[in-house]
Amino acid sequence: MKSVLAVLTVLAAIVAIWYAACVPMNIKGVLTDLERAGAQVVPEGAVARRDRGAFGLVAKNSFAISATWAQERPRLPAPHQVAVELWQTTVMKKITSKRSLVFHAWVTLSATLMGFAIGTGLGILLAVGIVHSRVMDMSVMPWAIVSQTIPIIALAPMIIVVLYSIGVQGILPKAIISAYLSFFPVVVGMVKGLRSPDAMQIDLLKTYNASPAQGFWKLRLPSSMPYLFASLKIGIASSLVGAIVAELPTGAVAGLGARLLAGSYYGQTIQIWSALFAAAILASVLVGLLGVIQRITLKRMGMA
Amino acid sequence: MTTTVIEASGLELTFQTSDGPVHALKDVNLQIEKGDFVSFIGPSGCGKTTFLRVMAALEQPTGGSITVNGMTPEEARKNRAYGYVFQAAGLYPWRTIAKNIKLPLEIMGYSRADQDARVEAVLKLVDLEGFGGKYPWQLSGGMQQRASIARALAFDADILLMDEPFGALDEIVRDHLNEQLLQLWARTEKTIGFVTHSIPEAVYLSTKIVVMSPRPGRITDVIESPLPKERPLEIRDTPEFIEIAHRVREGLRAGHSYDE
Repeated sequence: MKSVLAVLTVLAAIVAIWYAACVPMNIKGVLTDLERAGAQVVPEGAVARRDRGAFGLVAKNSFAISATWAQERPRLPAPHQVAVELWQTTVMKKITSKRSLVFHAWVTLSATLMGFAIGTGLGILLAVGIVHSRVMDMSVMPWAIVSQTIPIIALAPMIIVVLYSIGVQGILPKAIISAYLSFFPVVVGMVKGLRSPDAMQIDLLKTYNASPAQGFWKLRLPSSMPYLFASLKIGIASSLVGAIVAELPTGAVAGLGARLLAGSYYGQTIQIWSALFAAAILASVLVGLLGVIQRITLKRMGMA
Repeated sequence: MTTTVIEASGLELTFQTSDGPVHALKDVNLQIEKGDFVSFIGPSGCGKTTFLRVMAALEQPTGGSITVNGMTPEEARKNRAYGYVFQAAGLYPWRTIAKNIKLPLEIMGYSRADQDARVEAVLKLVDLEGFGGKYPWQLSGGMQQRASIARALAFDADILLMDEPFGALDEIVRDHLNEQLLQLWARTEKTIGFVTHSIPEAVYLSTKIVVMSPRPGRITDVIESPLPKERPLEIRDTPEFIEIAHRVREGLRAGHSYDE
């Protein structure tokens, strides 16, 4: 109960700061609109207000504060505006509609899940190779690290262009960019996990004359499970980011990334913010889902 | 008639480290007969664990020779000559006790039915009947170590090598397990190699006590125990017991300078 109160307090503080930030962010636009509508604002004329500080304008025109939370195209939309937009584009729209966020979220989610599956599979395979072969450890690991130092926003268009030129388009290029981001945490986590059995455990298997394959299936793989789940949680969030980023340079017409892009073209800040929130909610749901699977799996394995 | 199970002669093992060579074992000669209960005792660094690991082919000697059942340690391992018990139970948390005991059996390719029968048999041997379905965390430390002994016994090795198996347990549990180990030894007639740093434990359990000392790791005394095979815990208060314990202590003192 006490922790619920604490969580709500933090939430309330964030919302309060957000509302407060809307006032100076939006005041100039609001005053211009009000003046156009015939209201008396201080000082008069948009040119006179251009170089004035936002806080000074707020102080002189305090009657306009409530209007900063109700603009049609605010610089910073107020929380309730985003909430209303989210509500209207999810619950109030048919999910087949092009204006439904659920539709766009599904487009991004399908690429995310496909990329996550590819990235996880690739990550586990690489980790197995790295753990069992010194050559792979020395040759693959540095490249895996280098791959993550290149900004994905720079790489994504190239991947899409290259894939397009060999005839690959649709969901796959998005999934590959998403996999590009998600394989790395899996490699790092699985290498650590597969190496986690201590010397005594390895010696024990040696006394049974166990083959490397038996050691892998019976000891290394089960031991790595807690590490794998920690990696998967990071990996799925990266996958989602990858899928959204992949939608940006392609001029995609559907997906959360497309919503972000369209919103910024037409100055629809409320649409941008609701797409951002949709992405954040989607990511938390995915990570939460993995957390549940992790708890069940590790509990059944007696490791939680 | 006795048969020699383990025979070491002129055994040497030198580790090359950045601080120069470390002589873990030097000129070690020992014969272990079938059915012996041999304890290795000495201060840390005397090579007692290394010696046990050489018998199990977990370390390669750098000189001399050692045979287990007349074979090299590697061949003996392939013939499932020994079970090894480590200081920590090392049970897999994701397996039940029964499944943990099945681990070596699965690896060695025993049939499913045979596995079940063996698990039942060894659980009975270590007094853990009815605990097969439990997970390791549901058992006390002493019970976990008994389960790990059961695991080492499951594939019917003639030799049981134990590296301070009760070192991490408290003394009361330890006494109890020592008593049980003797009963188990009497019932199974295995040959047991047992590393310890407790003098009473070594004297209570062993038919043969090997006293070792460090720098270089070597054998300083081998004591054949005159105690009967049947040993209640009270035997530790008899003059014979105290006399052997005294000799072990003298051997340890002679081989080890505490001034260092």
